[in-house]
Amino acid sequence: MSTASHGEYYIPEPSKWPIVGTAALTTSVIGAVNTIHAGEMSLLLPVGLLLIAYLFFGWFGSVIDESMAGKYSAQVDKSFRLGMMWFIFSEVMFFAAFFGALFYARVLSVPWLGGAGNNAATHEFLWPAFEAVWPLLTNPDNTKIAAPGEAMGAMGLPAINTAILLTSSVTLTWAHHALRAGNRLHLNLGLGITVLLGCLFLVFQVEEYIHAYSELGLTMSSGIYGSTFFLLTGFHGFHVTMGTTMLLVILIRCLKGHFTADKHFGFEGVAWYWHFVDVVWLGLYIFVYWL
Amino acid sequence: MNAVVEEHHDHDHKPTGIGRWLFSTNHKDIGSMYLWFAFTMFFIGGALALLIRAELFQPGMQIVEPEFFNQLTTLHGLIMVFGVIMPAFVGLANWQLPMMIGAPDMALPRMNNWSFWLLPGAFGLLLASLVMSLMGLGSAPNFGWTFYAPLSTTYGPDSTDYFIFSVHLMGISSVMGAINVIATIMNLRAPGMTYMKMPIFVWTWFITAYLLIAVMPVLAGVVTMMLTDRNFGTSFFDAAGGGDPVMFQHVFWFFGHPEVYIMILPAFGIISSIVPTFSRKPLFGYSSMVYATASIAFLSFIVWAHHMFTTGMPVAGELFFMYSTMLIAIPTGVKVFNWISTMWRGALTFETPMLFAIAFIFLFTMGGFTGLMLCIAPADFQYHDTYFVVAHFHYVLVTGAAFSIMAAVYFWLPKWTGNMYDEKLGKLHFWLTCISANVLFFPMHFIGLAGMPRRIPDYALQFAEFNQIASVGAFVFGFSQLIFLYVVIKCVRGGEKATDKVWEGAHGLEFDLPSPAPFHSYTTPPVVK
Ligand code: HEM
Ligand SMILES: [Cu+2]
Repeated sequence: MSTASHGEYYIPEPSKWPIVGTAALTTSVIGAVNTIHAGEMSLLLPVGLLLIAYLFFGWFGSVIDESMAGKYSAQVDKSFRLGMMWFIFSEVMFFAAFFGALFYARVLSVPWLGGAGNNAATHEFLWPAFEAVWPLLTNPDNTKIAAPGEAMGAMGLPAINTAILLTSSVTLTWAHHALRAGNRLHLNLGLGITVLLGCLFLVFQVEEYIHAYSELGLTMSSGIYGSTFFLLTGFHGFHVTMGTTMLLVILIRCLKGHFTADKHFGFEGVAWYWHFVDVVWLGLYIFVYWL
Repeated sequence: MNAVVEEHHDHDHKPTGIGRWLFSTNHKDIGSMYLWFAFTMFFIGGALALLIRAELFQPGMQIVEPEFFNQLTTLHGLIMVFGVIMPAFVGLANWQLPMMIGAPDMALPRMNNWSFWLLPGAFGLLLASLVMSLMGLGSAPNFGWTFYAPLSTTYGPDSTDYFIFSVHLMGISSVMGAINVIATIMNLRAPGMTYMKMPIFVWTWFITAYLLIAVMPVLAGVVTMMLTDRNFGTSFFDAAGGGDPVMFQHVFWFFGHPEVYIMILPAFGIISSIVPTFSRKPLFGYSSMVYATASIAFLSFIVWAHHMFTTGMPVAGELFFMYSTMLIAIPTGVKVFNWISTMWRGALTFETPMLFAIAFIFLFTMGGFTGLMLCIAPADFQYHDTYFVVAHFHYVLVTGAAFSIMAAVYFWLPKWTGNMYDEKLGKLHFWLTCISANVLFFPMHFIGLAGMPRRIPDYALQFAEFNQIASVGAFVFGFSQLIFLYVVIKCVRGGEKATDKVWEGAHGLEFDLPSPAPFHSYTTPPVVK
């Protein structure tokens, strides 16, 4: 491949995937709304989700083929890197919105409802019995919005999950070092363990949710504490699911012998993503569970 | 390998048929689709605006029901912001950025096409709710383009959920578009083109792209909270559960204020390209333009609550947001100063793009001044939610952003098509547009100061005259845009051949390429000295 960084440019052939992607997303969202409104599964939703799966397999599949055919110059590689980096940044901002909501509730709206600042009148006129303590175990209006029975502690499952994710970052880095050193056995081992840890995290997360719903009475609809708890951990869990899936794909590719010591953007992009998911969890652990 | 690339990508080897557009990986074709999409939406959004102005022609209710009036203002705003200004700028970026930096295309061409095609999906959803509403099947979104909770949560119609996902699609589209712009600019500049040699339009888009990546996900976050509040029992915006409807406004405006700069920074770049060309002088203060743009972008993140002075923020908050907002006037002033200094003692000529650019400088500055009035917190208690605000943002968005887009189209159309546009008709379009825009929006300042609230279908008798003047202006403005459409179509189909340089004073890589520019601008990078 003689294409140096600034030699001949590479432009992909016309591609059907963007159109498939549009059809997939549009179908899925219409299906999702119809499902929510009707209270029963709308056919469009599974069709859309299948299309999304088809999209991922197809699009990434053809990118992998092109990559294996040596079509990508160093310049294309850099474009991919930039794309992945800034995509992760956009994800950071998505989480920032929910962290913002959490801080707003904890620092402003909940204390205000309890009369802090110049809000004595608010407190007196709206819900005089309300006491502002976090986590909120009594809501301002408990008849309209049932409060949770108990808060989720920081010890136990969440602490174990923290350890799991931190370990998985280490094993992933181990795999990366092995890839660069050309040690395929350690590479596959490190990746395999990372995938397993990801799955384990998810299993525990599900267990924690069951515990919250059935024993603590902590649900999405039990006030702002439950709302922020479930949306933050839920979106994080969704990202872990995506990350684990991507790691699995990378593992399969590694087993097939893809990637070389100096060309392995696919691996690195997914590794960045995984570390990002890890860092978000640390934020969650500190501000949602612990403090 | 190289042989394969060349075989498939020799100059002007265009795919044919509908596939050329559906499967495109070409920045020019995708740019054209963006621009035509925006143009189409401009007429749809414009039609809604004319309905609004027709209803407001006289006091009393004449044409539409109040419920439908709310849907009109909501969809008008959403379409103009997300369907016209933003896609039009992305279209211009698509056409111009690769040519201006000496690249063959955008960095991620397939993703580029996906960014575009998500838009018809998103607006299909949104417009479907309007069509349904017209057929009597429920209401379209009716809570204003700012969709404040609880209007959009507790009281929103069923179509709100479609609206939420439509916003998600637009957001995905914008974020992918922005990532593409950043990757293109960081990675595909021709050798020798250092950052401080990039054309200002490239700079402004570079910074705009960062704004987009930073705030579109926040918008996605806020509509997601709406979705769960509406359907899954969360209480983000419900005080009964410890949330706060005002929190909606904070999150929304954390997106919303940078968003207004997303809609004006590329305009600054356009004006900074046009003014030097027709003044036959280099841009005055290039580096200060770059720094001013960056400062505006930074400041735009810390001023959002100037939209919320009347929500009962603590006084410290009112003061902070008042002063931080005032600071924006400084870098903005630098820009206006530089444009005027560029024209100073230049050899000026007044072709249509320059006319629009000069009108922009005057009228956008007026919008900036009314902005300064609004950001004075105690004064804003009087102005807030009146027609004064409507006047303010139409000066910055119509005579600002939209004028810059029209200027850009006239400026680069000869490069794109290889044909000169009809200068006489262009000038006619300019004068009609410029005068009618002022007839339309200027009186709104007065009725606003006198207390007429915005988003209300009826009004007190004393506001009648000025409303009538505004409505007359609106219809002239609206129909003048048909001239624009005609000029563009005529130019695409033929006309006097444009030279490669197009304009006597033109500078920049894109003006070294032939007119029309080849399908793939560069197969090997040009060298910039
Ligand atoms: C010196 C610059 C500017 C200042 C100081 C400023 C200030 C303000 C303030 C204080 C408001 C809130 C008024 C109220 O609701 O009571 C406002 C509203 C608005 N501004 Fe600006 N502004 C500036 C420039 C711009 C620009 C460049 C744009 C867009 C291109 C813009 C678009 C808007 C819009 C769309 C609204 C109304 C939003 C709504 O409530 O629907 N402004 N501006
Ligand atoms: Cu603002």
